[in-house]
Amino acid sequence: MNILEVEGINKHFGGLAAASAVDFHVGAGEIVGLIGPNGAGKTTVFNLVSGALLPDSGVVRFKGIGITGLKPHKIVRIGIARTFQSVKIFSKMSVSENVLLGHLFGRAKGSVISDPAKGETEEILDFVGLAGLKEARAMDLILANQKRLEVARALATHPDLLLLDEVMAGLTPTEVAKAMELVKRIRDRGVTIVMIEHVMKAIMSICDRIIVLHHGMKIAEGTPEEIVSNKTVIEIYLGE
Amino acid sequence: MKSTGKRHPSYIMLMALLVLLIGLPVYVPSSSYTIILVTNVLMYVVMALSWAIFSGPTGYISLAPAAFFGVGVYASAILSGSLPLPLVILIGGLASFVLAYLVGSVTLRLRGMYFTMFTFGLVELVRNLVHWWEVNITGTVGRLIASEEPVTVFYGMVAIFFAVLLASYFIGRSRYGLALRSIGESEEAAAHTGVNVNRIKAVTFGVSAFFMGLTGATMCMRWSYIDPTTAFNIQYSFMPVLMAIFGGTGHLYAPVLGATIFSLLEELLTTKFPYYYMLIFGLTMIIVIVFMPSGLEGVIEKWRKRGKGGPEGVTYDAEKT
Repeated sequence: MNILEVEGINKHFGGLAAASAVDFHVGAGEIVGLIGPNGAGKTTVFNLVSGALLPDSGVVRFKGIGITGLKPHKIVRIGIARTFQSVKIFSKMSVSENVLLGHLFGRAKGSVISDPAKGETEEILDFVGLAGLKEARAMDLILANQKRLEVARALATHPDLLLLDEVMAGLTPTEVAKAMELVKRIRDRGVTIVMIEHVMKAIMSICDRIIVLHHGMKIAEGTPEEIVSNKTVIEIYLGE
Repeated sequence: MKSTGKRHPSYIMLMALLVLLIGLPVYVPSSSYTIILVTNVLMYVVMALSWAIFSGPTGYISLAPAAFFGVGVYASAILSGSLPLPLVILIGGLASFVLAYLVGSVTLRLRGMYFTMFTFGLVELVRNLVHWWEVNITGTVGRLIASEEPVTVFYGMVAIFFAVLLASYFIGRSRYGLALRSIGESEEAAAHTGVNVNRIKAVTFGVSAFFMGLTGATMCMRWSYIDPTTAFNIQYSFMPVLMAIFGGTGHLYAPVLGATIFSLLEELLTTKFPYYYMLIFGLTMIIVIVFMPSGLEGVIEKWRKRGKGGPEGVTYDAEKT
């Protein structure tokens, strides 16, 4: 079953086509990689799916239901969560408050700050490896932990589909390895993942399928093996 | 966010304050200067607290308090005598809520300076609209009011003070308080975490205006005559904002302290140095902003943390109310 279907989606910024006629689908339980050079339109696709931008035309369907034009908070509440390319944690709030917010306003919608809510917050912090830092102020965390916190906040909204925008950028090799392992464990929780990433090692080893964007267009799609041997992709990345 | 039960020191202080305020008219003559002075202080305290409900966590600097205060004043002036007093005051608050909610729904997508300028303009707009209405429709300027005893106005303000304290406390501790703080940091991230940003902003702006409306409707009864210039005096916008900046907005006590000291200072300066009042006032403000960028609250919290022996340079907002 396809959890996400994007059909012929278009988005122009003035004369620039950030996404033109992009078609793709994501099956439930998959880890799908979204790659392409800078400015290829990867984040635009995330913005269109998560409701941050309205497409000029085209349709986004989640579990078979059209969600094009829904506001971001509505999209979160039906089960799509995301992280941001430039980390957007609530830096003056504590680590656990960041996650609690996701629990209180996401799909679970616990309406009060109760002990079960706090318990779940701790479980998620434990899951991403931030259990020891729950009282710390988010701004005091190192980058790798800020990225994990963003993932934790997204997970707290109880998503079925998680959009990860460059969670590994700027991390050390050890941190990247940990992040890869975390992504797999999230999938094992039953969450489908679409990830934008420039760290090729990570993409190639954990993605079931990869979609390549260039100048707002989808130019290739397939398994990691198919992508590394695809002529167009090699041309774009390495030059002719 | 720590709940330490009923014996919390601030709970005891609050109870003491309540008893002191309710008992005040027993100790001093009920129409004395003290009663009027304390009423005036309470007015500013409530205005600063109400302002801090919305602007504190979100960082939206609103200069609209005078508009909401004035709407309360006018609602009260129009209805006084025809309805029971508490009902008149409540309608004043509700009228301000409705105005703020409607205006907020439309304009809260403006950010920073644009929002501030708009709210400043709103005061002028409403004031001129009322003025126009009076000149062209009713053919009168201003209104005469059957004013109430000072002690009645005083008790009204005491009640509103505790109402706004309770409201601030519960909003701050609830999921809405958390959402408001998240909006103050990143509206985009808040929306993508499931927060209905626009609605929460508009409703909270309305709640903040509700208490300003209540205050206007109550304070109106102290006067015998009002016109648009007194009701929508821009001073009711600037003072609460300055007081909240002076005190701080992170804790409940901060705006209370800021407004109390500020309004007493104003009273002292206007009576003792009527000619240099604004000069001294301005200087004080400059000194405060330069040397206490986080207001009195910043100084107090620093001192409290040192007292606890907390690690230097590491501050956790765990006690934020």
